Amino acid sequence: MRSQNEFSYGGDASVKRPLLNKEVSDQEWDNFVYNRKSLRGKHLELWQHISGCRQWIKVERDTSTHEIFRTFKADEEVA
Amino acid sequence: MQKYSVFNLIKNALSNHEKWDLAWKDPSPKKEYDVVIIGGGGHGLATAYYLAKEHNITNVAIIEKGWIGGGNVGRNTTIIRSNYMYDDNGLFSEFGMDLWRRMSQDLNYNVMFSPRGIINLAHSDAQMNVYARRGNSMRLNGIDAVLLNREQVKEIIPMADFSENVRFPIFGGLMQPSAGTARHDAVAWGYARQADSMGVDIIQNCEVTGFDVSAGKINGVRTSRGDIKAKKIGLCVAGSTNILAEKLNMTLPIETHLLQACVSEPVKPVLDNVVTFGAGHFYISQSDKGEMVMGGDLDGYNSYAQRGNLPTLQHVLTEGIAMMPFLSKLKMLRTWGGIMDMSMDGSPIIDKTHIEGLYLNCGWCYGGFKATPASGWTFAHTIAQDRVHELNAGYSLNRFNTGHLIDEKGLGTKTWIS
Repeated sequence: MRSQNEFSYGGDASVKRPLLNKEVSDQEWDNFVYNRKSLRGKHLELWQHISGCRQWIKVERDTSTHEIFRTFKADEEVA
Repeated sequence: MQKYSVFNLIKNALSNHEKWDLAWKDPSPKKEYDVVIIGGGGHGLATAYYLAKEHNITNVAIIEKGWIGGGNVGRNTTIIRSNYMYDDNGLFSEFGMDLWRRMSQDLNYNVMFSPRGIINLAHSDAQMNVYARRGNSMRLNGIDAVLLNREQVKEIIPMADFSENVRFPIFGGLMQPSAGTARHDAVAWGYARQADSMGVDIIQNCEVTGFDVSAGKINGVRTSRGDIKAKKIGLCVAGSTNILAEKLNMTLPIETHLLQACVSEPVKPVLDNVVTFGAGHFYISQSDKGEMVMGGDLDGYNSYAQRGNLPTLQHVLTEGIAMMPFLSKLKMLRTWGGIMDMSMDGSPIIDKTHIEGLYLNCGWCYGGFKATPASGWTFAHTIAQDRVHELNAGYSLNRFNTGHLIDEKGLGTKTWIS
């Protein structure tokens, strides 16, 4: 168990940057930069262990109870 | 409607206050309304009031999942101000200040508006320059602003830490003397009582479960108390905006975050003003009961919990004690949390949507309470006239797409990062 103080929030982990080798529409950029589902319930999000090993991780957390279900490496694909 | 007056107070005292009318009724939903407002918070109640008062639209229902005034209008730190630099925010908020000044008379309900002034403290020369710029911008928009030097601040709040050897010495501050506080519950109740008296149905314990949309037009709303038809629907649900947006297949530039506040035990009068710390995010005022009312940063992660965790509270109170060391001697009386609709530029959205007859009011971030009257007034106008008023023209939904952001704090897209 690590203290919450050691971690910093990095936002919705399901957001994908549009691929740059193709034409990107304004709407795609809009969705990437601004628009968020902000789900109630299970939410996949990025956290950084900023006052520790400084690694980024993915966390599956409940936004209505704050319960943490699973964690993943930052580059791990989540099924 | 029974008028609240000294005469009626005396009259009812003779019957042991047992014969007062109910302040608002408890109707069952009708099959159809001209306008349905979703969300019985400050903004929703004010919207219904101004629909009836300014636009003569009284076939209106407010539907509320819980009870009116149980969300952010009952959870804020009651600060009212218009100390913004940008025109869109400044003019909108200053219009609201006029409504605040008249509110107790307009509503025949004492909202205890107390224009005690707000001071934003500065802790460096650079910050003094920024405040001078903001103060000048405010004055150009007709908003009162006074730049205070260190000695002037010390005269007003001598209990702050003015010693030399501190991490964030006080260089001065920017004051808006006409800013202040009000009794937040009274605002909700006052609007509810007047709206009800003009024929608005306030329907509580009524949860929205879906929408009836066909051919790009809104026809009604499905609720836990049956289907309700409506020509126009206004969404006014703050932290629950994304939940309803999902039912409409809309994705919005909004994230729902958790903001905590707290009060200390009541003490004798010590602080006359609202004061904010300039080197972090902390604000404080003293309630009429004597409690020190304090708040600060978001918890910093998406949340619908309406209750926070200790690390943020510790962080915020550390800032408070750095600013006013006497706070360390006080006991905490209560802490609580609310869920904020954090927009991606820190400014709100009051606009039409791509669905005909559906209107959106959200994105209030830290500043929802003080906006209550202006938000209700402009949202009522937008709904009644089916077009935005010039006061809320800047608060458009598509500004994120077109790049016309109102990034008052210069924080970019993550308004919860400090």
